[in-house]
Amino acid sequence: MLLLIQYTLIFSSVLILVALGGCFSEHSGVINLGLEGIMVMGGLGGALAMRYLPPDLPALAMILVVLLCAIGLGALYSSLLAIACINFKADQTIVGTALNILGTAAATVIVKAINTATNPNDVSSTIQYIRPKKSFIVNIGSFEFNWFMLIALIAVVIAYIVLYKTRFGLRLMACGEHPQAADSVGINVYKMRWYGVLISGVFGGLGGICYLLAGVSEWKFENGVAGFGFLALAVMIFGQWKPIRIAVSALLFGAFRALSNVYFGFEFLQSLNIPSTVYNMMPYIISLVVLAFTSRHSMAPKAEGIPYDKSQR
Amino acid sequence: MDNTYAIEMLNITKRFPGIIANDNVSLQLRKGEIHALLGENGAGKSTLMSVLFGLYQAEEGIIKKDGVEVHINDPNDANALGIGMVHQHFKLVECFTVLDNIIMGVEPVGALGILQKRQAREKVMAISEKYGLHVDPDALVRDISVGMQQRTEILKMLYRENEILIFDEPTAVLTPQEIEDLMQIMRNLVKEGKSILFISHKLAEIMAVSDRCTVLRKGKHVGTVDTNKTSMEELSAMMVGRNVNFHVQKGPAKLGEVVLEVSGITVASKVHKNNAVKKVSFKVRRGEIVCIAGIDGNGQTELVHGITGLEPLVEGKIKLCGQDISNASIRQRNVKGMSHIPEDRHKHGLILDYSLEDNLILETYFQPRFTSKAGFLKRDNIRDYSEKLIEQYDVRSSQGPATRARSMSGGNQQKAIVAREIDKNPELLVAVQPTRGLDVGAIEYIHHQLIAQRDDGKAVLLVSLELDEVMDIPDRILVMYEGEIVGQFDPKKTTEEELGLYMAGAKRMEVKA
Repeated sequence: MLLLIQYTLIFSSVLILVALGGCFSEHSGVINLGLEGIMVMGGLGGALAMRYLPPDLPALAMILVVLLCAIGLGALYSSLLAIACINFKADQTIVGTALNILGTAAATVIVKAINTATNPNDVSSTIQYIRPKKSFIVNIGSFEFNWFMLIALIAVVIAYIVLYKTRFGLRLMACGEHPQAADSVGINVYKMRWYGVLISGVFGGLGGICYLLAGVSEWKFENGVAGFGFLALAVMIFGQWKPIRIAVSALLFGAFRALSNVYFGFEFLQSLNIPSTVYNMMPYIISLVVLAFTSRHSMAPKAEGIPYDKSQR
Repeated sequence: MDNTYAIEMLNITKRFPGIIANDNVSLQLRKGEIHALLGENGAGKSTLMSVLFGLYQAEEGIIKKDGVEVHINDPNDANALGIGMVHQHFKLVECFTVLDNIIMGVEPVGALGILQKRQAREKVMAISEKYGLHVDPDALVRDISVGMQQRTEILKMLYRENEILIFDEPTAVLTPQEIEDLMQIMRNLVKEGKSILFISHKLAEIMAVSDRCTVLRKGKHVGTVDTNKTSMEELSAMMVGRNVNFHVQKGPAKLGEVVLEVSGITVASKVHKNNAVKKVSFKVRRGEIVCIAGIDGNGQTELVHGITGLEPLVEGKIKLCGQDISNASIRQRNVKGMSHIPEDRHKHGLILDYSLEDNLILETYFQPRFTSKAGFLKRDNIRDYSEKLIEQYDVRSSQGPATRARSMSGGNQQKAIVAREIDKNPELLVAVQPTRGLDVGAIEYIHHQLIAQRDDGKAVLLVSLELDEVMDIPDRILVMYEGEIVGQFDPKKTTEEELGLYMAGAKRMEVKA
């Protein structure tokens, strides 16, 4: 049971971070379908940092550098979306999809190149981080506390305050709802949308490295992040673009994902004799079902997906 | 003497591709006056105001504030100079509260950019009290009435302490009572020393509220007159460039056989659970115009949707020239001779992102003259046909048949629809509020077309909310109240007052089809 809670919390943390990223981007008016790719890039940044940092670095320093690398690469990668969709008014769906394809492919190529350079016989796309991973984990009894759980919690609180209590949030959401209105009161729509996308890059990158550190001690970059970026989008929609509701729905989806890791720990689940693949499928099936029923009442920002053009009124 | 003018726009010229929107236009706004800007749709009023508000930059000409030349490059500059604007389409974020919309852009904040809403609320309430602008600051904009949305827009300007207030066609969306309130608010504002620019094409309002009036026609400055020294006739002649008849001339009706026979139809409502139209029966004959009058929302929209096939009937029968069309598809009704000038020209009348020529063949594209046997469109024929219609019905646009419908003015969009519907040579023409939002010249034109159809032996069913139109155009009036027909009148033998009693539900009579 404890294991279930632990996995639920860590997978929920991933979903919370990434969904909040999507939430900021969409509130500014840019649909970010590229979260999957941004996660991979953030994960790559963090994983490379862990590979090259001396493993005996103090835990705090290790955490900070890894996070900064993940955030940095995630934000940098998301700026591709921003340039294409905000400045050049490209179709947001297409650019987002391109980012996803490019993200996994680029990460695979980069890691393979690094691996072959160090050992010509190694053509895998795997990075190992057994020792650095320990910096992120504190054992409380048999419960493995991961610092990302705290980071996700703080992120929810900050996101809530920023969106609903600050000038920045008011202006950001105005740009996603009615950019002409924002423009008419002197708000720079392009600038706010850039902020929105960059924040989604930051959160996406964080979520990426969090996902890599969640279960395993090495990552094969060919696998990307197994659809977690899209799962996070589902969480965001189910959470109606609101931070607190996102956190709750992330816990729900996280629990189903965790089940696939730990179902063998429950006797009655084991006795059902369902193949493990079914459990693996669960979160994705749930997201399909849930979205089919809830997306009708969607409270999506009205102007999302439409490039803002100052000259059109 | 420089200071008598709050704003001077001198010799402004603004060009768009294919059109000169403002051609050497000047406008001088005195301090503390209500200055009306009058012109037909597409005369360049909105463009001129957009130049003043910084949304567009003029190619030529200068703007002076208090006698000093200024440069306005964006709305921020305009705001800094104390110029505020209520746009025709409100610039409000629907899921925000009234208060959030008012403070947006000039939010009072404390440390870390945290909003300080309490002092903002006090200031808003104080202003709202002072000018009689009642709003609920915590209501969401999407939940409040159009009138309150407009008051929110006005509060937005006053909160920024703007001195020069631009109202872009503020009455188009309001009910008569709200219009009266707005005029009172405008007078209050001027009393407090604000200066107002009031864009409109409704002459009665301009006469009622403004001190002076500048008239534009086709982008050119026609003249500026004192309102109390002019008349509606003079203003409309200045605006259109010729004398306009406010009353339509028409001969007696020559009735023929029944074209449309509606018997006992009931149509469900989309808004509430009850039926919007309840067992309505009437007939329309060749050579007559029948007008359905009534206050908005009494089932007229649903009645028309039932007749034209946009909504299914719950019960009842509709016959067109003797044939039962109760369950016919819209295409079948079209082919059998029904034409429809819809209430909402953007939603049901045009595909806004299609070209004008494609919009003109929306209901006839499948005919052999426009589509070959293999299913390809005959582009040359379509081009010829649309050029013919454009010339015949005087549809003005920047690029002719290839113009995107969205870029055309409302009056010309309506003319395009009228052209398409009438050129189909229908048996029955259903026209729903065909002159809504149009200027005097376009209204006159459309009225003439309706009467020409009648004189040509067609049946015309008109739905109108404007009493002038109801009294002037039809040969027979049916009043609708709460989904039923409660009165039938001969326009020559009734008065607006009598109609009003029936429209408000105070009186009713039995009407046989």
